[in-house]
Amino acid sequence: MADIAFLLLIFFLVTTTMDVDSGINRKLPPWEPEQLQDPPPIKKKNIFTVLVNSNDQLLVEEQLMDIEDLREATKRFLNNNGDGSCDYCVGGLQSPTSSDNPGKAIVSLQNDRGTSYDIYIAVQNELAAAYNELRNELAQRQYGRDYENLSDDQMDEVQDAYPQKISEAEPVSLGG
Amino acid sequence: MSKFKKKTGGGTPAISTASLPDIVFMLLFFFMVTTVMREVTLKVENKKPKATEIKKLERKSLVTYIYAGAPKKAYQSQMGTEPRVQLNDAFARVKEIQNYVITEREAINEAERPLMTVSIKADKEVKMGLITDIKQELRKANTLKINYSTTKGEVYNN
Repeated sequence: MADIAFLLLIFFLVTTTMDVDSGINRKLPPWEPEQLQDPPPIKKKNIFTVLVNSNDQLLVEEQLMDIEDLREATKRFLNNNGDGSCDYCVGGLQSPTSSDNPGKAIVSLQNDRGTSYDIYIAVQNELAAAYNELRNELAQRQYGRDYENLSDDQMDEVQDAYPQKISEAEPVSLGG
Repeated sequence: MSKFKKKTGGGTPAISTASLPDIVFMLLFFFMVTTVMREVTLKVENKKPKATEIKKLERKSLVTYIYAGAPKKAYQSQMGTEPRVQLNDAFARVKEIQNYVITEREAINEAERPLMTVSIKADKEVKMGLITDIKQELRKANTLKINYSTTKGEVYNN
């Protein structure tokens, strides 16, 4: 009896894979064969452009940047509070060349066809991290808890305060 | 002739093994319950990139997988070394993804179709050109929830 049980035990021990599937969730825009004639006007200062070329170099707001600095730069942009309407943006620089408020701020990401998947995921991760950190800070201030532990209503509220707007343009050949 | 004879010798008594089968069964059931059998044989390299902001994929029955990466050594003579797409157990062209995803969606019960997620398991050496093509096909098939499969770890060490 115990022998058979042992045999089965060893079989399941060997075949077990414990890894849980996890990853970064994203939503794709619906397919539209024809481009919209007039895209809604968006002020240039409300767009945070991130370009990645085929050498995996980052050009953020027309400046070369290391991936390590992307998270801070994104947070600075989102939290800028240019028009002073965001009363929960702590430490906003109110720079006239950066975003008006988090509701209007859009992150635009464009990569080259030769960009490696590795760096693309790193960029996506850093952008998501910037939003998550801001949401966490707000959740801590308002409710004294982490964003993850909020109730659904509170979570929606914090989410509305920092809506995640990441727009991805179709890749072009940026060269490099 | 005393009644209380001093026990001498004999060493330590053997440990009872009567509970051994119980323990083995317990372990057996644990592993039986937690085991997930591998469904597909990977024909492409699959080293996932690292990320920190990850979410667990829930509801396995609603998840469809697309693998991408350079063919493994054994297949390189036929398929070359350029990254390819793998659906189920076979190599596929990017054009086939649309049909594959639609078929998979048909298999899901109607109320849950909007919750269907496509998990893109791409190797970190893959170029974005291929990933973008996959994404375009998914958009055409109108399956918009995707998940970039990653492992946990700091991105700077990639």
